[in-house]
Amino acid sequence: MTAAGRASVEAAVADAHRREWGFVLAATLRITGDIDLAEECVQDAYAKALIAWRQSGVPRAPGAWLTTTARHKALDQLRRRHTHHRAAPLLAEPDATEAERVENAALDELTQVPDDRLRLIFTCCHPAIAPDARVALTLRLLCGLTTAEVARAFLVSEPTMAARITRAKKKIALARIPYQVPALDELPERVEAVLDVIHLLFTTGHTAPTGADLVRLDLVERSIDLARMLAHLLPDDQEVAGLLALILLTDARRATRLDPDGHLVLLAAQDRQNWDRSAITEGIELVRRALRQRPPGRYPLMAAIAAVHAGAPTFEATDWSEIVGLYELLTQTWPSPVVALNRAVAIGFAQGPAAGLAALDALSSEPVLAGYSYLAASRADFLRRLGRTSDARLAYQEALMLTENTVEREFLTARLRELAT
Amino acid sequence: MPEYLVLVYEDEDLSRNVDPETFEQIMASHRTFGEKHKVSIRGGNALQSTATATSIRTDGSGRSAITDGAFAETKEALGGYYLIEAADLDEALRIAKDVPSPFGGVEVRPTRTFD
Repeated sequence: MTAAGRASVEAAVADAHRREWGFVLAATLRITGDIDLAEECVQDAYAKALIAWRQSGVPRAPGAWLTTTARHKALDQLRRRHTHHRAAPLLAEPDATEAERVENAALDELTQVPDDRLRLIFTCCHPAIAPDARVALTLRLLCGLTTAEVARAFLVSEPTMAARITRAKKKIALARIPYQVPALDELPERVEAVLDVIHLLFTTGHTAPTGADLVRLDLVERSIDLARMLAHLLPDDQEVAGLLALILLTDARRATRLDPDGHLVLLAAQDRQNWDRSAITEGIELVRRALRQRPPGRYPLMAAIAAVHAGAPTFEATDWSEIVGLYELLTQTWPSPVVALNRAVAIGFAQGPAAGLAALDALSSEPVLAGYSYLAASRADFLRRLGRTSDARLAYQEALMLTENTVEREFLTARLRELAT
Repeated sequence: MPEYLVLVYEDEDLSRNVDPETFEQIMASHRTFGEKHKVSIRGGNALQSTATATSIRTDGSGRSAITDGAFAETKEALGGYYLIEAADLDEALRIAKDVPSPFGGVEVRPTRTFD
């Protein structure tokens, strides 16, 4: 290792932050049993790296360097704490006392630090933690986002987000939410909770619920990182493979969802030449594998639908009856009003706008969909295609009232204007 | 070993008006629960209905007022509890899932210790 330039060291530290934060934190938490202390030690290790790597060069395994540094600091802090009194209650790790943890850490030094990210994921996404806090903890502890960044991602104030994270950490410690991978019989349910967090991150990023930007790239990228991480840690789980496929196949269209002026481009009008082919190839391969398990679960089915779109050379050539069939399977596995809405829209393309409208109207009394802009927007589109202009105009106006994303609002306003002339 | 209180909340209209056969079934399910988790159970009781409850509220100046009824009027009322021992929340939840509560559900709370 030789001395390295400042810019290249900063880039290496930033890269290690993105790739290794979760690994380093999970390994450090194993020693401290205290989330705040672990975060402090990991933060300190990254700060040390900025100086040390300039002198000695970027290590061949930056993650291992950071882990060792953070864990040394943690052991040091623990020894100091012992001489004073113990402050916060420790994270529950049922199979180890603190003395054993410290001993394990010493053993790890001789062999290899185990990958504890799965423990960390399951702790962050524990069903006993409020859903919004699960997402926040995951971004913070596994992706290394600061509280300010997490707050910005979810458009809440920093004090609000800080309070949410503090409350969740306190619950983990006081209720003793364990730092462990769940037992086999509980695993499917617990994996589902993790997948829901990652999926929520992706959907929030894919079409931001409010604000000026259609896509929140930071959230999309983090969701891909997390889905890949989980697929690496649970390679035989078909739901996990399904979610990664779903995200890759949906995100493959990202570059074509806006025109050069920043206006929304619907699936029908997107330039399929510019879809991300390598993401599609990877996604389709994952779907194939995920569908081998019978009956196929929620995420493999959703990914299969995305794969039909991705594989169609043109919008007109889309196999809509295949999509309707997949939505029907999905309704059986995972009944939800939003799935029913998507099925109704697919019927409209498979059998014509009148059939689609009838299917949509069957959902009009569904309370969950009452405030959902896509129901009104889909009705508006079918009404427009049926030539029922004044009804279509009303439906577009309703959709506009329910939409807070600027780009989507512009699209609906433009459609409304076309109908007025 | 950490302790958790499992509070059984049930709809009183339903739980207080069961026929003798259902009552016997519920008692049997509590016996089954007690047998299955006897190493973890530290205590427990069923409570009389909220109609028997008396609440005492104190104001800031040390005065207190006694009123008839439960502290908080809710559809689902506290009807009983178990005190259990568990290594962590996952173990506590596994035990608490077995607590019979056909007309409601349970709330799991870690006990607080001062040392």
